[in-house]
Amino acid sequence: MATGIDKAATGIDGFDDVTEGGLPRGRPSLVCGSAGCGKTLFATTFLVNGARAGEPGLFVTFEERPRDIEANVESLGFDLGDLCERGLLQFEHVHFDPAELAEVGDFDLEALFLRLELAVEEIGAKRVVLDTIESLFSAFDNQAILRAEIRRLFDWLKEKGLTAVITGERGDGSLTRQGLEEYVSDCVVLLDHRVHNQVSTRRLRIVKYRGTAHGTNEYPFLIGRDGFSVLPVSSLGLEHKVFEERISSGVPDLDAMLTGGGFHRGSSVLLSGVAGSGKSSLGLCFADAACRRGERALYLSFEESAGQTVRNLRSIGLDLQPWIDQGMLKCSAARPTFYSLEMHLAIMLAEVAKFQPSLVVLDPISAFLDSGESLEVQSMLLRIVDYLKSNGITGVFTHLTHDQGVAKTDAGLSSLMDAWLLLLNREVNGEFNRELFLLKARGMSHSNQVREFVMSDTGIRLLPPYLGESGALTGSARRVEEARARRAEVDRLLKLETMRQNIEQRRRKAEAEIAQLRAQVDAEEAELRRLSSAEDEHLLAAQADLADLIASRRG
Amino acid sequence: MQDNASNDTPMHSMVELTLYVAGQTPKSVAAIRNLERICADRLDGAYQVKVVDLKENPRLAREHNIVAIPTLVRKLPAPIQKIIGDLSDTEKVLVHLRMGVAG
Repeated sequence: MATGIDKAATGIDGFDDVTEGGLPRGRPSLVCGSAGCGKTLFATTFLVNGARAGEPGLFVTFEERPRDIEANVESLGFDLGDLCERGLLQFEHVHFDPAELAEVGDFDLEALFLRLELAVEEIGAKRVVLDTIESLFSAFDNQAILRAEIRRLFDWLKEKGLTAVITGERGDGSLTRQGLEEYVSDCVVLLDHRVHNQVSTRRLRIVKYRGTAHGTNEYPFLIGRDGFSVLPVSSLGLEHKVFEERISSGVPDLDAMLTGGGFHRGSSVLLSGVAGSGKSSLGLCFADAACRRGERALYLSFEESAGQTVRNLRSIGLDLQPWIDQGMLKCSAARPTFYSLEMHLAIMLAEVAKFQPSLVVLDPISAFLDSGESLEVQSMLLRIVDYLKSNGITGVFTHLTHDQGVAKTDAGLSSLMDAWLLLLNREVNGEFNRELFLLKARGMSHSNQVREFVMSDTGIRLLPPYLGESGALTGSARRVEEARARRAEVDRLLKLETMRQNIEQRRRKAEAEIAQLRAQVDAEEAELRRLSSAEDEHLLAAQADLADLIASRRG
Repeated sequence: MQDNASNDTPMHSMVELTLYVAGQTPKSVAAIRNLERICADRLDGAYQVKVVDLKENPRLAREHNIVAIPTLVRKLPAPIQKIIGDLSDTEKVLVHLRMGVAG
């Protein structure tokens, strides 16, 4: 660091991020908390990581025996015995038996200082752990002397340039029982173990850190199989691998809604909807599609058992059993309340790391909201999303909403998600119809239409919306509208036909009348001709008669 | 630094004492003086006293698990008793030195 004090990395995941480098080098730090909150583990991790990095460490234990500490951390992969043999670690066991101890007159803790000095010199220790300082107070009666000696101890550690972690029990209403250590320490880290709704969450807070900036929030931390790790939200590095590749959702109609035909690999997809809107089924379609591509998929369920999931999916024509048998799909089910949140996270991350899937379905993430503070849940989910993204794993998260009118997730996760599908179950005219629409899909142009979401025994289909005169319709409203339109069409055709027939009839009638009139005219013409020829004959006869008359007169 | 004072006078039991100090601090000096006085006045000679300066040999502090200075350890008779402080209160020291001892 360019400015500020020198820091000694603790090697604890996340802690060094929060403190921007670790604990103050060459100064004493206090780690306080109530029983069972991980003080000793924190201290041990600090020491072991220092030893591994070439800074020998001295572990002064006032309570546990060295071999107990050794055994406790063995499961985390810390081989203290080996470090001791290599001269990188040393234990100094200072134990008291109050039964054999009496105080008469003035005393000091010079012998303790001598022992520390000796041990520090023996291995050239750079780091020291004192676990726990409370034991000193309970061993001696004269608290006034002790307070002075503790102060001297902190000064001594500083003078020697030792990076020290002193653990202390938490007192009522104050950080430590004596209310002394936190003032003489340069850095105070508070560990907490809170139970909320019968589920415990561990939290860490940096109460003070002289001479440096630090995160002031409470950070959840885990004690998992890999040891101590803090989950700072700020460590969410936005440097994930970005994939251009598209992967199918397993529902062709859904892929068709996205320009490019599917979701980006490594993206996070949120499926939110009310109860019974088909979230799990859709989520498992993603898993099925991954298996079809020859990739592994992990399905983490918090509500249904694996067997139930397989059975339910058969009803929509999806048989997952072969994938499970082939080891392509793994279903892992656990109740949200079964473990604490941090254990869940640790277990999930371990599952993912072990199975190496290319797609993970978490069903549903909302199950956690009932078991813990939403802020903790959010940071836990953030961590999962972060982990999956940084490993290029596509994450599908289902989320149960109670109010479908409001497009928000309780855990405030929406902004973390690359794509968000909203599944609705709308009641119209006495029936529920499923609908689906894409609320967002980063980096893809997508359909803005609400589709009807139909689950049948042949799979999931998304029907294009029926755009009638009165807007988009689904379900029987859609069928009614379609039938109505059909009937109207038939009516219209019928009317047309009738009219055509009418005209034809009238034409025929007209033609008949014309023919009749023509016949009448023809008859009259014929009469006329007959009359005119009769007239001609009459004239000829008259002429002939006249000629006969003339001839007869002459005659 | 050895400060042995013993004789063969029989007592109900032999008292073996070790006083741990660190250099010639006022507290150490006071403790040595107080112990000498108590032993001479009250223990009837049935004692063996050893004074150990931990400044000279800090390893002994670890071996004998000494934390405070000065510390007086009664090794015999068993069980082990530890008295810390400058031993300024003679009666209190005697109470603790006799603790757990029958008779």
